[in-house]
Amino acid sequence: MQTETGKSDVTSPAGRSFSGDTPLRVAIDGGTKTVAAAPVKARASRLGFHYGSLQALKGLDMEIRDKQVTALIGPSGCGKSTFLRCFNRMHDLTPLTRYEGSIRLYPDDIDLVSKDVDPIEVRMRIGMVFQKPNPFPKSIFENVAYGLRVRGLRSKALIEEEVEKALRDAAIWDEVKDRLQSSGLSLSGGQQQRLCIARALATNPEMLLFDEPTSALDPIATARIEELITALRERVTVLIVTHNMQQAARVSDYTAFMYLGELIEFDVTSKLFTNPGKKATEDYITGRYG
Amino acid sequence: MAVVAEDPSLYAIRAGVLRRKLLDKAFVILGLLVLVAALAVLLALFLDLVVQGAPRLNWDFITSYASRKPEKAGILAAWVGTSLVMVVTACVAMPIGVAAAIYLEEYAPKNWFTAIIEINVTNLAGVPSIIYGLLALGLFVYKFNLGQSIAAAGLTLALLILPIVIVATREAVRAVPRSIREAAYALGATRWEVTAHHVLPYSMGGVLTGMIIGLSRAIGETAPIITIGALSFIAFLPSPPITGEFPFLSFAWLKDAFTAMPIQMFNWVSRPDPGFRINAAAAGAILLGMTLLMNGVAIWLRYRFRKKINW
Repeated sequence: MQTETGKSDVTSPAGRSFSGDTPLRVAIDGGTKTVAAAPVKARASRLGFHYGSLQALKGLDMEIRDKQVTALIGPSGCGKSTFLRCFNRMHDLTPLTRYEGSIRLYPDDIDLVSKDVDPIEVRMRIGMVFQKPNPFPKSIFENVAYGLRVRGLRSKALIEEEVEKALRDAAIWDEVKDRLQSSGLSLSGGQQQRLCIARALATNPEMLLFDEPTSALDPIATARIEELITALRERVTVLIVTHNMQQAARVSDYTAFMYLGELIEFDVTSKLFTNPGKKATEDYITGRYG
Repeated sequence: MAVVAEDPSLYAIRAGVLRRKLLDKAFVILGLLVLVAALAVLLALFLDLVVQGAPRLNWDFITSYASRKPEKAGILAAWVGTSLVMVVTACVAMPIGVAAAIYLEEYAPKNWFTAIIEINVTNLAGVPSIIYGLLALGLFVYKFNLGQSIAAAGLTLALLILPIVIVATREAVRAVPRSIREAAYALGATRWEVTAHHVLPYSMGGVLTGMIIGLSRAIGETAPIITIGALSFIAFLPSPPITGEFPFLSFAWLKDAFTAMPIQMFNWVSRPDPGFRINAAAAGAILLGMTLLMNGVAIWLRYRFRKKINW
């Protein structure tokens, strides 16, 4: 079902016409290369968000492509984390918050931020990895198994199998296979973050949200997480918020630049970083502010 | 390092640091003094009780009923009564207190109504215990017809320590980081699952501490159980909770009359015969011992729960 596309003939903020079926011509390293555009996995339209009387997001329009990595960059307070957290309705946990507009998830075309859609259902389908590694103070095994247990999986053998698969997918299996029963908190920061990725992967999400997943990690741990994100692209749609522009350039296929709650520019990563369409984007990526 | 010519301003800095460190030292000394004073008073009290009660601190004292002759009197009915009342108190206060705290902390919307409830829960902790006794006399003893029983006393003391349990549980629940809750929610857990699988287990150490602080207060309370009419002279034990025939458990003891350690002590202290004062001291030492034992169990439990968890 994932190959089905949502209706996708919209104009991106950068002025390029995207179509789910037409190949894109993208400038890479001076030459041009033809990339088959992936189908649309999610589309935000006129998405607004309010914390009480404060408007944090202002009428965002953006498409997330299936099985691609989309990065959100922008200065602190620009609303990129707020935007990310709309996708799994994390804001519902905070009182006095309000969504506007819609985020449609394809192929089944449901509105993620609609009041009629249960946030629990949304979170069952869209996983999240947080800024600070936050494993449960339980065993490594139980950390990964938790999502499966919430989904009512009881078979011990099946759970064990899924846990191993998730730990392998998160590239941490070899490091923890001999101590699955020790606490998740006994791992190093980078390992904890990969454990959190395994925990999110265990439930087979359609989409994975990363909220600055490496900002608390050292460069080596960061590199491993980045490798992992690149590999994950094979099986899941990734949306990642990052402070680090090099990281966005390294791991993502598409990049969105946000500023003051608005989407300033959204394009193929290589294009946005080499030939930005807007002055503000250029100023930001060249380090003139932010 | 090469020797640098002493700069006069360096002296000024050193003098300043020295002065400020003096203040630091002064506080250490003050703190130690206060601590030693507090511990010394407690220790003196305990030792005084032990020394005074020494002649009666033996097995017979623990296994005998009260008697008109001080040298024959014991605390069997009292300690059994106290223990059973504590069981009732714990079984009632723990679930109600924890549930109330969880509701207030995790579920209740933050508005003026819950704010008033919160303030009043804290205020309740300061209500004199005799007031609880009067309430219990009217409500449990007469209205609910529980009589002057273990159940009535247990419920009374449960009411008394409920605010302590609620406040302590809320503190413990609040100490669970938001990031852990978010992690569970992000996996699709419901509010109840987040509470039952994560928040409550991770805050169990704090909950138990609150529970034991509450029970330690309850075990020494005299006024409310005198008010509801506990007897001070009892020469029988409540019916046993475990029976020989099916279903092996009996709750008849809940309706039995009882006496408690503080009441027994109070009774002995008010008698003219000096022999009873020795008994009172011995009973006091044992009551303190029971409290310390309870606290010890709490510390051990808290250690066990917290060993696995450090944020």
